[in-house]
Amino acid sequence: MSHTILFWSVTIAQFLLAAAMGLAVFRMFRGPRAQDRVLALDTLYVNSMLLLMVFGIRSGEVVYFEASLVIGMLGFVATVALAKFLMRGEVIE
Amino acid sequence: MTPLDHAAGLPAWAAILVSVFLIIGAGLTVIGTIGFVRLPTFYERIHAPTLGTSWGTGGIVMASMIFFTVLATRPVVHEILIGIFVTVTTPVTLMLLARAALHRDRAEGNPDVPSEPPVPPSAAVQAEKA
Repeated sequence: MSHTILFWSVTIAQFLLAAAMGLAVFRMFRGPRAQDRVLALDTLYVNSMLLLMVFGIRSGEVVYFEASLVIGMLGFVATVALAKFLMRGEVIE
Repeated sequence: MTPLDHAAGLPAWAAILVSVFLIIGAGLTVIGTIGFVRLPTFYERIHAPTLGTSWGTGGIVMASMIFFTVLATRPVVHEILIGIFVTVTTPVTLMLLARAALHRDRAEGNPDVPSEPPVPPSAAVQAEKA
């Protein structure tokens, strides 16, 4: 019983997060401006981080937690660098 | 091995709790991203994905914590690191991005954004002295 509940909720959560990633990719291609694309990339990072945590629950392994932590950190650095680039035209002054 | 065989020993209350938090987290994330696609201007759009970084992340982190804590019969709280990290970094990135977008809009003379605020007199005097 508990196995069935957990199986379906994990599956539904994975489908919802995959749909969210698809929507973020749609906005990244659609634009219309550079800041929209950067924000879409940030949303994509967060969604993939959450999807990896759900994978971790599904497989019962801790490796996915570390992968999602790395994705979160790299996403933060990438978005800050891209925002700085949009503001100044260069990343390091 | 079919998926989730490792969770066979999970009691029903824990499975229901984990499921509720998973559905809340994933549902709020997808609602935020739908808003991100549908809202008309960038300054409205920038608010929508924060649904995923606040309660979306919080719900899935809590589900993961409850799941591994009950399964291992000892406290497993390292997922809270992701929650803290996302909570701290999201305002920083979004403020930077909004300032960059405002700067770009002002540089282009876009009439939809407020113009540069006037410099208050005291600051102007100090700027002349410097």
